[in-house]
Amino acid sequence: MREPYRRSMSATTWWLSKRIYVLFMLRELTSVLIAAFLVVYLIQLAQLAQGAEAYTAFVERLASPGWIIFHLLVLIAALYHSITWFNLTPQVIILRRGEEQVPSIFIAGSHYVAWLAVSVVIVWVVVGN
Amino acid sequence: MPKSGEAFWWSLFSAGGMVAALLVPIHVLLSGIAAPLGWVSTEAFGNQMQALVSHPLTKIYLFVLFSLTFFHCVHRIRHVLYDTGLREYQTPIAVICYGAAVIGTVATIFVLLAI
Amino acid sequence: MAKSSITLEVFRYRPEIEQEPTFQTYTAPYHEDWVVLDALNYIKDEVDGSLSYRWSCRMGVCGSCGMMVNGEPKLTCAAFLKDYYPAPIRVEPLANFPVERDLVINMDDFMHKLKDVQPWIIRDQEKPVSEGEYLQSPAELATYKQFSMCINCMLCYAACPVYGLDPSFIGPAAIALAQRYNLDSRDQGQDARREVISQHEGVWQCTFVSECSVVCPKDVDPAGAIQQAKVSGAIDWFKSVLMPRGSQ
Repeated sequence: MREPYRRSMSATTWWLSKRIYVLFMLRELTSVLIAAFLVVYLIQLAQLAQGAEAYTAFVERLASPGWIIFHLLVLIAALYHSITWFNLTPQVIILRRGEEQVPSIFIAGSHYVAWLAVSVVIVWVVVGN
Repeated sequence: MPKSGEAFWWSLFSAGGMVAALLVPIHVLLSGIAAPLGWVSTEAFGNQMQALVSHPLTKIYLFVLFSLTFFHCVHRIRHVLYDTGLREYQTPIAVICYGAAVIGTVATIFVLLAI
Repeated sequence: MAKSSITLEVFRYRPEIEQEPTFQTYTAPYHEDWVVLDALNYIKDEVDGSLSYRWSCRMGVCGSCGMMVNGEPKLTCAAFLKDYYPAPIRVEPLANFPVERDLVINMDDFMHKLKDVQPWIIRDQEKPVSEGEYLQSPAELATYKQFSMCINCMLCYAACPVYGLDPSFIGPAAIALAQRYNLDSRDQGQDARREVISQHEGVWQCTFVSECSVVCPKDVDPAGAIQQAKVSGAIDWFKSVLMPRGSQ
């Protein structure tokens, strides 16, 4: 007789069963911290509409330990997003000449180089002038 | 007419993911850590930021940064909610998530126009 | 001289005598060059002939012997006892599929999905034999070769949490095989496959966990195939919206 047995899977906790799934979920959850940062950053920039003093006062409020910890956590999340994102690019971007394929390390590496270059430019624009 | 509009949301997620990966870390470092702790502060820092952000090119840059990253984040959050047991509420979750990104984008426009 | 042995905890399910599965513990000889399949064959031949499981080539090309070994999807012909010895080995049917009996899963869902993606060369006009073969350069072969290595073993479906949560997801191997044909220079079937691939349960449900590519025994990289399919799907979508479609 046939009576196929269906094994169940917990919809809420399946990702805790394997380390690789936990890392996946952490990667996805970086989006929550990054979104929260955007809200704070937008409010920070909005102060400029009230003038430079309002902006500076807001920035001084962000020096409290709670806010610094928040931004450190966001930084960790943002770095984890960036690193996992760039490391996945070789699976998506395939560059070929004839039978030869550009090695993964160049695909991912070029993104890291671009990341560094862009970050340097932004620091220069904000601080260096 | 294409069957599923998923391609559109995925495109925003994908563009936003690249933008966020390249730009968010340095902005977090600058505006969330370096500026409050005084690493980059000068006496005229507020005026400096005012002048910088008032420039139209800066506003376009910030609009792209905020808007695309918002759409990236909500797309991921939407799928996390699906993959942690809320798949039966697919449509309302999608509406709330992308709606939030639209609100974020509109708020960004208002803020940037006010500066 | 005492020979060493290894313990296997094997999933049993016999619908005619039980409603819930059980685990049965067996002891098999330990040999350094044995794989889990060898131990299962020993059990079936010498200890318990009632144990049911699929296997065939025992060399990693047929895709028949996929099972969960200590919770990981593996081809049992490629899982060496020495990598687990002396700890006991837990053998279960491939995850995310209904169990027919013991280690045998029901693969109807995958077979339907495979058929849905039409994994064969589709031509607008078949070339008559008199006109000769379809010519393909090594470079053209290189574009799809990796995706052609799929042996339909379904380890990727067992690894995919999205498929586990929602079996309507078309799944890694089906999409990789659709890509294999879409990229084949001899094929003209992209439009024919588009509807299945670009539907909501097609590529868009994938959240790039990438575990499918990790467990694939043939390095097909189905996760890569899916992301590439998303890119071409997105380009198609923008084209269809921004450019009027004349004759399709």
